[in-house]
Amino acid sequence: MSQAFKLLLLALTRFIVGGHGRWLGSQPSLAQRIYFANHGSHLDTIVLWAALPEGLRRRTSPVAAADYWGGTPLRRFVALDVLNCVLIDRLRGEADPLAPVREALAEGRSLILFPEGTRGHEALPGPFKSGLYNLATSFPDVELVPVFLDNLSRAFPKGAYLPAPISCTARFGAPIRIGADEERAAFLERARDAVIDLAGPPQ
Amino acid sequence: MTGIDPRFLLLFSGVVAILLAGSVAGFFLSRRLAGTGSEATVRNLNDRVKAWWVMVAIFAVAFLAGEAITLVLFALTSFYCLREFITLTPTRPADHRAVATAFYIFIPLQYWLIWIDWLSVFTIAIPVYAFLLLPVLAVLAGETDHFLQRTAKIQWGLMLTVYCISHAPALLILEIPGHEGENALWLFFLITVVQLSDVMQYVFGKLFGRRKVAPKVSPAKTWEGLIGGGASAALIGAGLYWITPFSPLQAAAMALVIVAAGFCGGLVLSAIKRSLGAKDWGTMIEGHGGALDRMDSVTFAAPLFFHLTNYFFVP
Repeated sequence: MSQAFKLLLLALTRFIVGGHGRWLGSQPSLAQRIYFANHGSHLDTIVLWAALPEGLRRRTSPVAAADYWGGTPLRRFVALDVLNCVLIDRLRGEADPLAPVREALAEGRSLILFPEGTRGHEALPGPFKSGLYNLATSFPDVELVPVFLDNLSRAFPKGAYLPAPISCTARFGAPIRIGADEERAAFLERARDAVIDLAGPPQ
Repeated sequence: MTGIDPRFLLLFSGVVAILLAGSVAGFFLSRRLAGTGSEATVRNLNDRVKAWWVMVAIFAVAFLAGEAITLVLFALTSFYCLREFITLTPTRPADHRAVATAFYIFIPLQYWLIWIDWLSVFTIAIPVYAFLLLPVLAVLAGETDHFLQRTAKIQWGLMLTVYCISHAPALLILEIPGHEGENALWLFFLITVVQLSDVMQYVFGKLFGRRKVAPKVSPAKTWEGLIGGGASAALIGAGLYWITPFSPLQAAAMALVIVAAGFCGGLVLSAIKRSLGAKDWGTMIEGHGGALDRMDSVTFAAPLFFHLTNYFFVP
């Protein structure tokens, strides 16, 4: 059931928005990674998932907000059974909302993370929240791969009901590393710049 | 469908024979020229031939399966061409509703109007009603920045990729006494002349091309290519008169119109592409760029061919 749904979701994604990956600064690899990307649309999770090769897709979990992806039974099914998401609670102030994410990393899974925490209106990402920094310091061996998702805020902007057919691509950049005693703010700014660098010339 | 028109079999065997010759020639050329400077050209040729096989196979299936499948095929072609056009066009999130309506309402509507033979609405649905409706949807989003440009770009894309291309399968609803049930052959005539004229212009241009027609817009287009390619396409058109309602001379004239319109379409779309800062419309077809790179000539040739046929041959 979830396998059939997975194929259907992939076929639909390819048909409507393409969602192909462009490996510019790194190559697909089995190494444990955190892919971090700009966030402009609910489709981001699906497109980045679809852009990974099948073998990597299976060992990668998108980090998704429980308030949206857990909102209805269908979304919950897609998030948990099809996309293998790790759901985090960003509304209730629990001790550590990242606890399930750390668990997934400790199990050796790769992650898809949107460090802005929420969807922006612009093509370029807003300021990053500290989650990426916290994970990078706790798991220094995990590769941090910046990804720029192109066109998604046009194809499926906030408030839209249907995605419009516009080709969207995921551009993968070169992994970055956290410096020995790099400040939180400096690292987050550098990570954000790594995503912006992949955006190409402004239109 | 009762039986297959024997002319279909003849035509498709002819096309298959030509492609087979192309594949065999490409195979030997790639072996002989391996490691020389011409390798890239030959690889490009082989990619093109491969893509042609796929396209011809799709066409064969569509023609044999009848009108509904042909319409679906052209609707999908419009879909991919419009997707390429909008992808390269910098629309804003505020245009989302207009863009989604263009895709999800006007593509099905335009081809459905062909299916139910409603020619009068087919002619005005996009130029009048999409033209009026889409800016309304965009204005409701409340963003006035570049409003005219954004609206014009979406309307242009819709006109070229849906309205113009839909005139090719619209040939299926023309009724010419004494030629009932042959409409698919006229569609074959249009597509064959357009595509062969593209190929012959490319060949003549490579062999004899010196004087460029529009060096800034499309450096590969030369007067020698246009004249040589146009003349050979007209000859091919005349030679195919037996699948049309035209006399040999009329078929040659029609082919010339198709060539001229197709040439203009190629130039105009190339200029649009360049103004958007791209070389190809997309990467869908190996060796061919995007779908719109193959359909650029059709966008201009199809409406002209449709209207001339309708005006002079439909009583």
